[in-house]
Amino acid sequence: MTSETAQTAPLRAKMEARRLEISYGPKVAVKEIDLALPEHQVTALIGPSGCGKSTFLRALNRMNDLIPGATFRGEVLLDGEDVVGGRLDVVELRRRVGMVFQKSNPFPKSIYENVAYGLKVAGQNDKALLLERVERSLQGAALWEEVKDRLHESAMGLSGGQQQRLCIARALAVEPEVLLMDEPASALDPIATAKIEDLIHELKARYTIAIVTHNMQQAARVSDRTAFFYMGELIETGPTEQIFTNPRETRTEDYVTGKFG
Amino acid sequence: MAKIHTDKAYEAELTALREQLLEMGGLVEAAIAASVRSVVERDATLAEQVKMRDRQINRMEVGIDQACRRILALRQPAASDLRFITTALKIVTDLERMGDLAVNIAERAVDLAQAPALRPHHDLVKLAELSQEQLKRALDAFVTGNADEAEAVLKGDDHLDALYLKIFNDLLGLMMEDPRSIRRATSVLFAAKHLERFGDHATNLAEMVIFMVKGTDVRHPRSRDEG
Repeated sequence: MTSETAQTAPLRAKMEARRLEISYGPKVAVKEIDLALPEHQVTALIGPSGCGKSTFLRALNRMNDLIPGATFRGEVLLDGEDVVGGRLDVVELRRRVGMVFQKSNPFPKSIYENVAYGLKVAGQNDKALLLERVERSLQGAALWEEVKDRLHESAMGLSGGQQQRLCIARALAVEPEVLLMDEPASALDPIATAKIEDLIHELKARYTIAIVTHNMQQAARVSDRTAFFYMGELIETGPTEQIFTNPRETRTEDYVTGKFG
Repeated sequence: MAKIHTDKAYEAELTALREQLLEMGGLVEAAIAASVRSVVERDATLAEQVKMRDRQINRMEVGIDQACRRILALRQPAASDLRFITTALKIVTDLERMGDLAVNIAERAVDLAQAPALRPHHDLVKLAELSQEQLKRALDAFVTGNADEAEAVLKGDDHLDALYLKIFNDLLGLMMEDPRSIRRATSVLFAAKHLERFGDHATNLAEMVIFMVKGTDVRHPRSRDEG
């Protein structure tokens, strides 16, 4: 059983995985992990391809449920409540724990419709309220100024970076508490990436964020804590500064310095 | 079975940097040995050579700084690599200063060579040997990544300081006995002071080696608390 460093930050854990093991059919992809996401912090999950970091991330809002044959053991807690079998409905879970993907996936609708979609599906019809929420979400995603005069134009006309921020706005519209980001900037150029990273820095004041990234320097720039995964195991967790200046585990040291096997 | 960087070019850059630092350390070791010999043997020619050779030490400081900056910019070193680069940046400064101290001693030699000999410099020679030994051990600790050896250098500084104090008191006594010796004795005293400073720089080096190996900064332990 791999576990978090004993020197855990004394911050409240917004989400927590306990002895979490995830399998695809007979293959164990993630082996007995204990990991907490401290509230209002950015936790980066790093590790080589196939190490289980994205699988782990998806477990936090039960996106693995959508993968045939995916099962898990152990617990995932949101504010101390079990996300499976507790009182938490899975749709409600995914509202509170939003997700942004590597390849941005705006709906083929207007910018406005994209952001309002989740609210409308939840039954919200009040036009004034919807507009107010759309504006607030687009501001929250640092996109409002760029699109405020063309809300009814198609989202498909936006640049890659703008589409990604639109997806973030869409997630923010339903007022989540946690944001899960799976390689959110890997398809973006350096300027768009910098804007996303700046946005993440602002967002953490209001949300708890977990980000999977294969870009170590991005993890170093953007996160407060870093968790290093390798072959389905959590090798080490700690303050990002420590992971990148003086990690405890040899495998972590080898990975961050580029001495792969 | 130490792993090497997957990127062999990067591995080569780090190896080259390490070798440059050791080369510079070797030049400094040679410089201090020659400068003290020039005092003891009243050899002004040797003293002039020490001064000339310091130029190469200075050039190496510039070159090593540049190599470190290049690695920082292009490689974004992390963890042990980052500690190695930041250590290199610091110890290169100490080594350059140590080279300057050898020059300072050589200048005392030129001075002393022009006047009648003072009494034999046994203690000065001993002080020089201790200082050189401190540098050598610090450089060895750097190469082998041995924090214990570096700790030993830190402890060894007390011997150096004690011997310097003895030399100081002896020379003071000499000056009080015989005022005609004051000018020469002062030169020797300066040389001893330079050697004591040389030893201090060796301990700086050792502190940085401990940081490089363990990741803990052990400098200024008595200044840690506020006020």
